[in-house]
Amino acid sequence: MNPVNAVSRANLARLTRHRLFWPVAVLVLLLVVNAVVTPGFLAIRVRDGHLYGSLIDILRFGAPLIMVSLGMTMVIATGGIDLSVGSVVAISGAMACYLISEGQGLAVALALSFGLCLVLGLWNGLLVTRLSIQPIIATLILMVGGRGIAQLITGGQIITIDRDSGYREIGGGHLAGLPVAVLIVLASVAAAAVLARRTALGLLLESVGGNAEASRLVGIRASGLIVLGYVFCAVCAGVAGWMISSDVSAADGNNAGLWIELDAILAVVLGGTALTGGRFSIAGTVVGALIIQTLNTTIYTAGIPPRTTLVFEAAVVTFVCLLQSPAFRAKVGRRRPGGPVPPPTDPPSADKKVEVPA
Amino acid sequence: MKRRILAAAAGAALALTAVTACGDSGSGSGSGSGSITLGFSQVGAESGWRTANTKSIKEEAAAAGIDLKFADAQQKQENQIAAIRSFIKQKVDVIAFSPVVVTGWDAVLKEAKAAGIPVVLTDRAVDSDASMYVTFLGSDFVEEGKKSGQWLVDQYKDSSEPVNIVQLEGTVGAAPAIDRKKGFEEVIKSKPNLKVIASQSGEFTRAKGKEVMQALLKAHKDIDVLYAHNDDMGLGAIQAIEEAGKKPGEDIKIITVDAVRDGMQALADGKINFIVECNPLLGGQLMEIVKKVHEDQPVERRIVTEETVFDQEAAKKALPSRKY
Repeated sequence: MNPVNAVSRANLARLTRHRLFWPVAVLVLLLVVNAVVTPGFLAIRVRDGHLYGSLIDILRFGAPLIMVSLGMTMVIATGGIDLSVGSVVAISGAMACYLISEGQGLAVALALSFGLCLVLGLWNGLLVTRLSIQPIIATLILMVGGRGIAQLITGGQIITIDRDSGYREIGGGHLAGLPVAVLIVLASVAAAAVLARRTALGLLLESVGGNAEASRLVGIRASGLIVLGYVFCAVCAGVAGWMISSDVSAADGNNAGLWIELDAILAVVLGGTALTGGRFSIAGTVVGALIIQTLNTTIYTAGIPPRTTLVFEAAVVTFVCLLQSPAFRAKVGRRRPGGPVPPPTDPPSADKKVEVPA
Repeated sequence: MKRRILAAAAGAALALTAVTACGDSGSGSGSGSGSITLGFSQVGAESGWRTANTKSIKEEAAAAGIDLKFADAQQKQENQIAAIRSFIKQKVDVIAFSPVVVTGWDAVLKEAKAAGIPVVLTDRAVDSDASMYVTFLGSDFVEEGKKSGQWLVDQYKDSSEPVNIVQLEGTVGAAPAIDRKKGFEEVIKSKPNLKVIASQSGEFTRAKGKEVMQALLKAHKDIDVLYAHNDDMGLGAIQAIEEAGKKPGEDIKIITVDAVRDGMQALADGKINFIVECNPLLGGQLMEIVKKVHEDQPVERRIVTEETVFDQEAAKKALPSRKY
């Protein structure tokens, strides 16, 4: 083996060990499949002064899911989970659309809807911290009850609002050639990344999720951080609710954001953040959400029959999870004669909790 | 102290959700002497269609002088079974209900039969033996699909050019989705140039309808007709079509089912071409049946709701008086 080859091989090994390698590989694979099945899939044209194409659609329709998943990542990092995001999506959309339909200005509608989301996040956070209710149960309350609240706001009907109210811009508008929803997501992800990685906040969140007791002993105020996580998550879900309702100019208390909590949790897991808390990856979550949205698009464009859609989705998700499992990769690697032997004791850091020395 | 306040707040919020969830229940009053008492168990309040359905039943019962005991099942079968049992205990004259699911009604229907109370099904069917209930009043979803297909066949009766149809199906496994697809595809088979080139589920919602249509527009350049299993998916798809730079109703002909107000508005505006009605206002027909059953008159085993179809002209006329 010549030395150049050995070097490139070492680089490849390092690349495949990166925690984002497999999620990104799957995303690229899905895009390639689409490009083969649908001619012109990767083409992006300019239409009416803004970018237009399937890739833009994936970003735009995936925007609400990325927002929700971003919030979910923070909650999961603290060792919690938030099942109520779907209901919060419905409530925030319902509140904003209701106020606009009642003749309120856009700013008032958004401010009140935003405030409501803050309260809902605070509610979840306080249930988890002050009353020490397990997160899955605490947020289940709002998941079930929240649909009722959304129904109460909409009066059980779908509220359709005037398409010229300006509200539409959030989910359906364009700015500088890009969908506004995508720009909002970009800004949110960037802000979250800066806050989490350029300040100590991310480290503190990870330490709380990794070992709450040890964090307490070193003097980290865990409960405040956890409440912050739930509030951030509810606000993200609220913004996603605006995107979803404004895109169709209608608030549907029953169906808006239905089951999005499951997709969001899946996106977080696909992105390599462990549900046990601790280490989290914002970039991984974004890639995870994009995988889910690309998968949806693939199903529509490739003409997979609706009856078998769920099986197809399950197959892809299983495949991604297997690829990410160090144990599985080690097994497959060992069986293949001559294949690269995976490092035995160094699994990708995604699965490793950060232990904070007490 | 702080903790106690929080706990009280939690309790209050839970109570609030309980109230919102069953805001409709218990509107019946004590059984009046001489008048007919009808126990009705509704599915829930999951859509505008259902709300209109509930309203129609309440109004028509009041108009017909029938004493209505109304129970909302909140989409849970166990609630519905409990409601029917309580109707049996209260010895109502007739029981009517829209079953949440198709299966699992044998036991409670037997109890009603043993108590000598006739049962009428509305809107949705059950798989129990037909001797267990008197009649089934509701829409014929297959027929709705056929009406949609028939309009399309009539539109293209003189042409043999290929016509590419995309279909937005309802929630996978739901009876209206299965039957509307079946009826439609059965009828358009008679014209070989009418071809369904893509069929995907839009889950009966606007947001999904838009998302799916957006993808289908990219994958298929030559869509002539859209058939959506309800108005809402059609309304979402209209936006996707407009964003793709095409004119809904002209470049792509659109057929939907339901005829809710927003759909009718789009039809009147020329963005939809044809709507097959799925009528929630079956209160009047139900009260007729209840009276007949109470007087031991024979009724048909299957009664189809009175339903019509709308084209753009009919929609303009019907719109001002549309209740839902």
